[in-house]
Amino acid sequence: MGMDAPTNEKPEWPLWEVFIRGQHGMSHRHFGSLHAPNAEMAIKAARDVYTRRKEGVSIWVVPANEITASSPSDKGPLYEPAEDKVYRHPSFYKIPDDIGAM
Amino acid sequence: MGVGSDEALFQSLLRLGDNTLVLGHRLSEWCGHAPALEEDIALANTALDLMGQTRHWLSLAGEIEGKGRSEDDLAMLRDVWDFRNVLLVEQPNRDYGHTLMRQFLFDHFHLLMLRGLSESSEARVAEIAIKSVKEVTYHAERSAELIIALGDGTDESHRRMQDALDWLFPYVGEMFETDAIDTEIAAKGIAPLPADLRPAFDAQLGAILDEATLTMPSDAFAHKGGRTGFRHTEHLGHMLASMQWLQRAYPGAQW
Repeated sequence: MGMDAPTNEKPEWPLWEVFIRGQHGMSHRHFGSLHAPNAEMAIKAARDVYTRRKEGVSIWVVPANEITASSPSDKGPLYEPAEDKVYRHPSFYKIPDDIGAM
Repeated sequence: MGVGSDEALFQSLLRLGDNTLVLGHRLSEWCGHAPALEEDIALANTALDLMGQTRHWLSLAGEIEGKGRSEDDLAMLRDVWDFRNVLLVEQPNRDYGHTLMRQFLFDHFHLLMLRGLSESSEARVAEIAIKSVKEVTYHAERSAELIIALGDGTDESHRRMQDALDWLFPYVGEMFETDAIDTEIAAKGIAPLPADLRPAFDAQLGAILDEATLTMPSDAFAHKGGRTGFRHTEHLGHMLASMQWLQRAYPGAQW
């Protein structure tokens, strides 16, 4: 199909993480990731890849390499101390229905 | 010319529906073959938008014609000489640069035409155009962005985009060709005169091509014969053979 032979050098487009806020959602949620040459094209690609079925009303894209993640090996010290502190959960009182989304 | 009013409207609707049908099918040929997954999905979306528009235009055409032909009959059971699309949209995909340039040139014409049709005196036409114009606004934005990115990109991408522009530019003029059918339809306020859309098209094209560092060819020669059905290029017949074979081989097949 191509008129010229493809070149061997094929630098990949950078990876972008995609966050989408749904119709009734209060916040953007991580939806997936995609490759695009720049932020504008990443937004368009996200629109085409992730909002085909009316999933969203707002899109954020973030360069994947700009995300700093916690280290899986720190799991113990980071999260386990919360395990025996049930009193931190707001589950000891009832929220009235008419208060709406919190 | 003796075109009855329904006949002129029928022909105009075929011109609209055949443009979107043929270009939509061409784009669908990339499905699974585009250079990146993201582009593959984007092109398939555009193809589906165009197919959706085709269904509206051709089913209205069938209604106006009044011979009981459905959108499917019109799409799948006509042969080359009965198609009324412009030659630009039937040109083969060649490489991705050609595909994007063809899309870019058509999108900007298409958008201007649909904006005019949105104010049509014929309510059914206006309704289809108002729905389509949102889709095509996105198509035009996307293709312009890609033309700029690739035109003003690497030496290779610039060369490929300029080649594509030089190759396809002779097919631009036909989109703005105006004949007795157009004049009759425009006089009734159903559609704008294609020729009247040219200045806005040229201005827009010029600005985007400048930004893309591409040079607009100066030769005004235009291949014609698609929208009148007088002479399609050899490519349309091959495309129809693959598009229509199933309905031809198994008439009335459904799934």
